[in-house]
This record gives sequence, C-alpha cells and structure tokens, in this order.
Amino acid sequence: MAGSGKAHLRPEGETVLRVEDLNVEFPVGHNRTVYAVSGISFDIAAGETLGLVGESGCGKSTTGRAILQLPRPTSGSVKLKQTDLMALDGEAMRATRTDLQMIFQDPISSLNPRRMIGEIVAEPLAVWGPFDEDEQWKIVANMLDAVGIDPGVARYKRPHEFSGGQCQRISIARALVMEPELIICDEPVSALDVSVQAQILNMLEDLKAQYGLTLVFIAHDLAVVKNISDRVAVMYLGKMCEVSESDELYANPAHPYTSLLLGSIPVPDPTADLDDTVMAEGELPSPLAPPSGCRFRTRCPLADEICERVEPQMRRVNDDHYVACHHPLVDADPATEVSLTN
Amino acid sequence: MTVVGSDTERLTRADNAEPLLVVKDLKTHFKIDAGIVKAVDGVSFELERGKTLGIVGESGSGKTVLSRSVMRLNIASNVINTGSIRYDGVELIDKSSKQMQKLWGVEMAMVFQDPMTSLNPVVRVGRQLTEHLRYHLGVGKAESRANAIELLRSVKIPEPESRIDNYPHEMSGGMRQRVCIAIALACGPKMLFADEPTTALDVTVQHQILNLLATQQQDRFMTMIMVTHDLGVVAGRTDEIAVMYAGKVVEKAPTPSLFADMRHPYTQALLWSIPKVSQPKHTRLSAIAGRPPDLINPPSGCSFSPRCPYAQDKCREEEPPLVAASTPGHEFACWYPVGSPENQEAYDRNLAAGVAVTLAAEGRITATEELTSDIIAADLINDVIDISNDEVGN
Repeated sequence: MAGSGKAHLRPEGETVLRVEDLNVEFPVGHNRTVYAVSGISFDIAAGETLGLVGESGCGKSTTGRAILQLPRPTSGSVKLKQTDLMALDGEAMRATRTDLQMIFQDPISSLNPRRMIGEIVAEPLAVWGPFDEDEQWKIVANMLDAVGIDPGVARYKRPHEFSGGQCQRISIARALVMEPELIICDEPVSALDVSVQAQILNMLEDLKAQYGLTLVFIAHDLAVVKNISDRVAVMYLGKMCEVSESDELYANPAHPYTSLLLGSIPVPDPTADLDDTVMAEGELPSPLAPPSGCRFRTRCPLADEICERVEPQMRRVNDDHYVACHHPLVDADPATEVSLTN
Repeated sequence: MTVVGSDTERLTRADNAEPLLVVKDLKTHFKIDAGIVKAVDGVSFELERGKTLGIVGESGSGKTVLSRSVMRLNIASNVINTGSIRYDGVELIDKSSKQMQKLWGVEMAMVFQDPMTSLNPVVRVGRQLTEHLRYHLGVGKAESRANAIELLRSVKIPEPESRIDNYPHEMSGGMRQRVCIAIALACGPKMLFADEPTTALDVTVQHQILNLLATQQQDRFMTMIMVTHDLGVVAGRTDEIAVMYAGKVVEKAPTPSLFADMRHPYTQALLWSIPKVSQPKHTRLSAIAGRPPDLINPPSGCSFSPRCPYAQDKCREEEPPLVAASTPGHEFACWYPVGSPENQEAYDRNLAAGVAVTLAAEGRITATEELTSDIIAADLINDVIDISNDEVGN
C-alpha cells in the first residue's frame, strides 16, 4: 500500500480480533520518529489463520506485538471480541493477555535455560491457576503429549537437552496451556531446518484442528505462509498492500509488490524460468522518512504522479481479495470508503 | 577489471584437461572431549572450470565444513584432515595456513553467510575492500581506491564514490552482502565459495544477490561452489548438485537429472518437505521424522536408515557405496533407490510389518511422532505412486 482503508474488514460479529487504524511510532532521538506501522486495519475470524508477510523492516513483527500491547501502539484500536485492549489499564491488560499468547522465532533463547521443562510449561498456570501442582502437571503433561514431547522424559530436563525443533514444540505447549483466544506466531519456523520446519507446520495444523486455534502467523517465507494460512496480508513499510484468501492471492496477485515477492521465490525446479524481469534493484526506503503517497512507489514499475500525491485506499477485487493500489494488476472496484455499519 | 588476468590467458588455461578441483576421500574430523566428530567423512568430487556445484543438506550435514576444508580454512590442532584436494594440479591437503595465504583471495575466495558479522564494524568498507588487493598484488593506495570503486560498481552498489567511505552499519544487509562479494572478487579468484550467501537476506534481496553472483561468475569465468540448505536456491543456478547427509555425499548428479530422477530417499524427502507456492493452502507436508544423526557415534550401516521409510535390515547393517545411475555423472548411495522395484518392495514390507517406518533417533520416540511417521510414510508412498511422474518428472 501501501495505503489505508477498511474496505476489507468484515462485520464485527464475525471476528475475534479487529484492528483499526493501527499506528506504531518509535521516537529515536533528534526529533526523529520511526514510522513502524502506519494506519493498518485487519481482522481475524475464529479458527482462522492470518498470515502476515513482508520483507524485514516492514512492520510485521511490530504489528504482532502491538496486538499484545507490547509496547502500546501510538494510536488506533485493537479489539479482542468486545474488549478494546487500548482502553485497558495495566492490571486489566495483564489479565486479558491470558487470552493472547505468543510463539517466538528463536526457540532456544525463548526458554529459560536454567529451568526445567515441567516448570517452563507450567509457569502460566502457576500465575493464573489452577494452583494445585498435580492438577497443573496433568494439564502440562497433556499439552506436551499433544506437541509430540514425551512428558515423563521431558519434565525434569532443561532446554539445552533438546534440539531446536523440540524447543519450539515446548514453546508451543507453553503458549497453549492457557487455552488462548489468539496465538501470535512470530517467525516460528525461520530458525529451523526444512525437515523440522515441515514437522512444526504439520503439527500447528493438527493442533489447530484439535483445539480450534486462531493464529496470526508472521513469516517472511511466502511458501510457508501459504501453506498454513487461510488469509494472507502483505505488508510493506508499515502499510498493508493486499489482503486476500491465500490461494487467490498467490494465483492472482493484484499489488505490484506482491507480484515482486512472488517472482523472487526460488523454485526447486531446474526447468523453471529464472524470472529476471522482476525489478532487480531497489531496497526498502527508510521508515524514518517514508515516501509520500503510496510507500511502494519508489520501487514500483507502474508508479506515476498520482502514486506520489495520493495514498491508495483498499479496493475490492472480489469478495475475499482487497488491494491498496492505484494501478492494480487485476481488475478492482474503484476506491471508495465503504461504511462498515452493517 | 585490470587486476585479473586477460581473457585469452584464462581461456588457454581453461583448456587443461584436469578439472580445476579434484577432491578425493576427504575427511575432516574434530577431536573434542566427547570423542571424534566425523563432520566430513570420505567425500570425493571433481569440479570442471567455470561450473557451479551446489552442496545441499540440513544443518549438521557437514556442507559448510566441507567447503571450508577444501579451502583449508579449518587448520587447527584438533582437526584431522585426510584425503586429497588437488586444486589446479596442486595438492592442498598438506599445506600450512601460511602457504595457503598465498592462495586465499587470489585463487579462491569465500562469501560467508552472515553479512552483518563478516565485515569489520570499525573499518570503512573501502579499506576492507582493498586490504588484500594491496597485500597480494601490491597495488598502491590511490590505484586500489579506484579499483575498490570499480568493484563496488560491478556489484551494483549505487554511488560507489561515496559508499566507499561508509562503515558497514551504514549499509543494509543486502548491500553488505554485495560488499562481501566485492571483497571476494577483488583479486580475481578462479574459484568462489558461497556459503549460504542469501540465508540471512529477504527474498527480494536474495533474488538480486543470486543474480549478481551468476553474472559475476559468467563475466569472470569463475568456478563456484554454492553451499545451501535450500534446494530452491540451487535448482536453477548450478550445473551439479551434491546432497550431503551425516558428513557423506549420498547423491550427486547434474542438476536436471537430480530433480528429474532422484534416487536417494533423503533427496526425495528433502524436496518433499519444502512447502511450495504451487501447492494449495493447508497441503500436508511430508516431514522427515527425527533429526540428523550424532556425528560422534553415527548409526551403523546407512546413516539415513533411522529416518528412512524404506529402510531394511541390510540398510542398518551395511553401508551402501556410491554407485552410478543410468545418467552419466549421476551417483547415489542407497540399497533400495527410489523408483526401483526393490524400493517398492522394501516399502511394502515395512508397511506390512506394521513398524513405525520412520523411527526417530534413540530416546526421541514419542506416541505422536510414531503416529505422524505413519502418516508421512503413507504420504510418501502415495506420492511415489502419484506424483513422481507428473511433478518430479517434468
């Protein structure tokens, strides 16, 4: 978008999480500000997986953390079911965070090396109950079993005795013991080998089916995101470019940036044509001084004068495909602010 | 570039019959307290001038150690290097670091994985670029600066005249990797090692860097070894691929025939475990159960047998040698190669015996993993029957 707009949002009753006009800015001294996330809106329905993709520095992790109010966004609204998280004070937010859990990128450093697996996974329960240790262990053992770790073997071991893939399974178990409404997975498989990555992705799908999980899946690997997501949102420099059902997005990318990303994926097939036509040059502009209008215009082959002047708004391509671009690659409805009061 | 030899000189040398690099039975073992880590255990290959070899494998398969051993970068008291590395007719295995210094940069150079840490943070990139130009080729200060600007331009860094005075932290990751490539190219090496050159980079930047490496290789008639865990990266950009597992090459073939006719179960499993954008969402991935083996006490027989859905008693007892496949240059080490009737029989036998086909490494077997193994096994066999023709075969 690189633009704003809310045409892609669904009616409020159908969604678990609804984020509107989210802004996250970080002051960096000398009166300068990093505009990490600027006016993005999205929603997630129950049992859905939303994939967030984009290059590093596009604000996808910041968006994930802003949902958890870590740190609090500069402005906007984040609604979990009926609760506006932005309005909650510290203590109320702390209690609400039990419904939101996070899985981090580096599985080994996200587990305390000096504690035993049994304690690590039971910690959320030790804070929020049940407080009876036998009861806690019952829940923990169940959960470890569900993620493919033998509870009896693992209970008194420490993280260094496990491989990266196993540690990621353990962090997933820890996220699941609170039975959260929403789990934010921030690059959960980027640090893993391809073979282990496939194990974890399959397991997340199984757990999703078993527990009805709702996930935000942040990753830079487009193939991974497609595999796991129901819907995919493409981000660029703090803005949202395109939101779509995933098969549709990969088949008919409407935003030039999505098309650039897809064209850059290395395909494990020697007969595939190496696409040298994708823009070979160009890098992400600085989020300290993002370009005016459409933020992608500096790298976009279709950019013209209107892209510089006017920020594109979300436009409907079809029922589950929206794009914020003045010159979409497929036909889209004219940009209009759609009223959301249905 | 004036630094490198003239094209005619290079072409006449290229007529030599011997391949540029001939590695025979190379072993790199590390002595540590717990025992001897057999990181590279008997690898042989040849590499013709101007060709690109891709080395593929999971972490811990020995691919990085192999490339460093060939360059003789891991010379230390606890490292045992045996075998033979003939580079341009010269034996390298008994060379000391001091002797190797004359070859590094000039004859062979390496681009490392992490551009964030492989540059010195407190030295301007210009000086880092020209350091070995001045050391090896005795180029003067002013001339080397002009050379450095030329090099930065050749790796497509915008405004090289001002960028040359930047510190690494003033550049983005992709730009730093370009600088690393420029450093590697500075003295005009004949042989370039790229060790996961794009793993730390974004997908769009990865595309740019891979294109850059390919054009530079062509322009300079370099021989290249590209180490990566990503079959996608090597598929379109190498002439030959060696798949490594547990310190050994398990399959080696010209790139087209590897993808068209893969024979080793590990190569197949590696390819199938990658999610592909061509598949619909929520496609079940064929994960490889378990994890790479312990290199101190590798499993007896074939080292992939504990994770292999086709493994038989023979696999667990006897190590398969590298044998030639029907295509010239294609070799694999497997008793029950993919696509053969024996492979099918072995699989049927495993399925009939009801064993959890893909056993995890010792002590890791859990109920869930056995369960998923069965699913994987079922997936694999379906894939063998259904997909091998249309997907792998095209």
